[in-house]
Amino acid sequence: MNPILEVKNIHKNYANHIALKNVSLAIEPQKIFGLLGPNGAGKTSLIRIINQITGPDSGEVLFNGEHLSSKHVDYIGYLPEERGLYKKMSVGEQVMYLAQLKGLKKADAKAKLQQWFKKFEIENWWDKKIEELSKGMQQKIQFIVTVLHEPKLLILDEPFSGFDPINAQLIKNEILELREKGATIIFSTHNMGSVEELCDNIALINKAEKLLDGSVKDIRKQYKSNTYHISFKGNLMGFTNALWAGAELIDKKSDDDMHSVTVKLLRQNKPNDLLQAVLSTAEILSFQEIVPSMNDIFISVVENKTTLNTQSAYTE
Amino acid sequence: MNKLFLIIQREYFSRVKKKSFLVMTILGPLLMAGVMIVPIWLAMRDQTDHQIFVLDHSGLFVDRIPNTKEIKFTYGTGTIESAKAKLKDGPFDLVMEIDIETINAQKATPLLYYVKQPGINVQQYITNTMENILFDFRLQGDSIDVTKIDKARRPVELITLKVKEDGVDEKTNTELNMGIGMFFGIVIYFMIFLYGSQVMRGVIEEKTNRIVEVIVSSVKPFQLMLGKIIGVALVGLTQFILWIVLTTFIYVGITSTVFKTQIQDTMTQNTQVEKVMKNDILAQSNKMQKVATPNEVINMFNFADGLNIPLLIGCFAFYFLFGYLLYAALFAAVGSAVDSEADTQQFIMPVTIPLILSFVIAQAIMSNPSSSMAQFFSIFPLTSPIVMMVRLPFGVPVWELALSMIMLVAGFLFFTWLAGKIYRTGILMYGKKTSWKELGKWLFYKG
Repeated sequence: MNPILEVKNIHKNYANHIALKNVSLAIEPQKIFGLLGPNGAGKTSLIRIINQITGPDSGEVLFNGEHLSSKHVDYIGYLPEERGLYKKMSVGEQVMYLAQLKGLKKADAKAKLQQWFKKFEIENWWDKKIEELSKGMQQKIQFIVTVLHEPKLLILDEPFSGFDPINAQLIKNEILELREKGATIIFSTHNMGSVEELCDNIALINKAEKLLDGSVKDIRKQYKSNTYHISFKGNLMGFTNALWAGAELIDKKSDDDMHSVTVKLLRQNKPNDLLQAVLSTAEILSFQEIVPSMNDIFISVVENKTTLNTQSAYTE
Repeated sequence: MNKLFLIIQREYFSRVKKKSFLVMTILGPLLMAGVMIVPIWLAMRDQTDHQIFVLDHSGLFVDRIPNTKEIKFTYGTGTIESAKAKLKDGPFDLVMEIDIETINAQKATPLLYYVKQPGINVQQYITNTMENILFDFRLQGDSIDVTKIDKARRPVELITLKVKEDGVDEKTNTELNMGIGMFFGIVIYFMIFLYGSQVMRGVIEEKTNRIVEVIVSSVKPFQLMLGKIIGVALVGLTQFILWIVLTTFIYVGITSTVFKTQIQDTMTQNTQVEKVMKNDILAQSNKMQKVATPNEVINMFNFADGLNIPLLIGCFAFYFLFGYLLYAALFAAVGSAVDSEADTQQFIMPVTIPLILSFVIAQAIMSNPSSSMAQFFSIFPLTSPIVMMVRLPFGVPVWELALSMIMLVAGFLFFTWLAGKIYRTGILMYGKKTSWKELGKWLFYKG
């Protein structure tokens, strides 16, 4: 499938610093794409370029294969990190205004809004002023405004900030539902838990450069460091001695004769080799491969830039 | 284009629907009508009747100071103590004692006793009449015929005529020109300030509410800025029209009912006072009466006389509109560069300085409306809206007016473009104190 959005060799400089350096991305349709990176990495700069709020110094952005232009604005829905609404304006007037700015006709906007208001059970908010609503309620309105015009591409910058767990779940379900209906979602966040839960693909940006991208599954597989978690009953000393030169004990926890250890396989040894080696020395209770979380990958990649694209550092 | 219209619509209706708009629209004309009516009312209130007991030791003034509608003179004798006692017992509220030496003194110094201080008009009336009486008396003492002097003295009134190309010379009225020019200048000055700062506050509101990024993902920042400026302009226009209509209603309503008879009285009264005042000026050298003829008074209000009204109104509309547009863009840029209204000080100064400067210049220009300074500042776009309006009633060459207008439109386009660049970057900067240096850098960011 052709990517819905292609970012090619984008450069963006501000007066004192480089915001984006030769960043390229391809975002597949109907996928949830996680845009990750620490604060100040350049995520928001990239998002603003995609939204045509600012322009790149060089490079180009293609939307459905076409050069990005002002007509594409209506196909994109954007929920910025710094978001809010006119406090003095009534909910109804406000959502109608913002919907029309996205190119919806008045009648369409009204019909769609009524559906959403019904879905979220907030019909009686229509005449209230924004300042009368709680922050969580305002966020709901904000979310509706973002998705109302049924954008093909939805860009959400830290969407869950300001939501309580119940509403966050509600929004999560909406996001998944929108994907089912055909929307593509770019999802920028620090919350790695939600990345694992929601994202199909990710890109990691740090200090203006893209460090990593691919599917979440592949990346996690790629970052496996051949370590295993074993809990057993028996003698720790005997267990350790049994780990011949092919494996290394990197962590251990003991409670009487119950032990739980982390072992790293060296060279090309297989987990079965390890099992065979220790099987006679202890009563194995569990054996599990350690797959790194996105959080671990995020930290290790950002903190240790040199070890980026080479897996060798992890396998010695 | 359609989106720009949506923005204008929102900016307009969100302001017009506000309670403060309604309050200002009603309060404005009340204030303006007040400014016009209160002086009349005060003038009438000031006309308390005075009963003056005159103790004239010289005898020269007895029965010679004419009574007016408010001031009645009663002459008598006795000691000053007994006279002063009359202040307590009534009916007199003023007692004047004239020294016996008054006739020969280099300077007459009559004493006026009061409990409640009389107005300046009363004092001036007494001084002027007494000076006239003394003047006549002294001339007669030197056997000079007063009537001959009266005849010899001829008033001079300089009539200024503007030579026009069609050969018909035009009578001009400098004072009226000054008044009209200044009036238009003041109106433009206040309107720019009032509505310019509304634009600024609107920008800051969008920034602090954090809605601006949501909106600029749908429309270009420049569209948002332009929509706001135009929306507020329409609000200003609406308010202005309502003010004129309401002020006229209130003014006409009040003057034609409540004050009708009193105003006529006041007007005759004023001419009397004026008469005396003019006497005062002439009496310094001679006694000569010069009262404005009714025709001349009418001429004062005959606007067609030497003034091109359609041109004035047209130019007012033009300079008001483009002056506002130019400054509103700058106000918008200032609003975008700050996080709260309290931070605007630093940037608002350079914007307001040309406005205030044009006002200072306007004063100087009135004494010399065709000087090269006047020419320069009435063409320079930041000052021309006010300075040109002040100059206009005196007559401005067509080429200068045309150049000034072209420069203003060019200035508007330039400053709006400049402001747009700052605005575009500024609205997305949060929680950062912006410096002038940074503002300069924003100009060169690529869109």
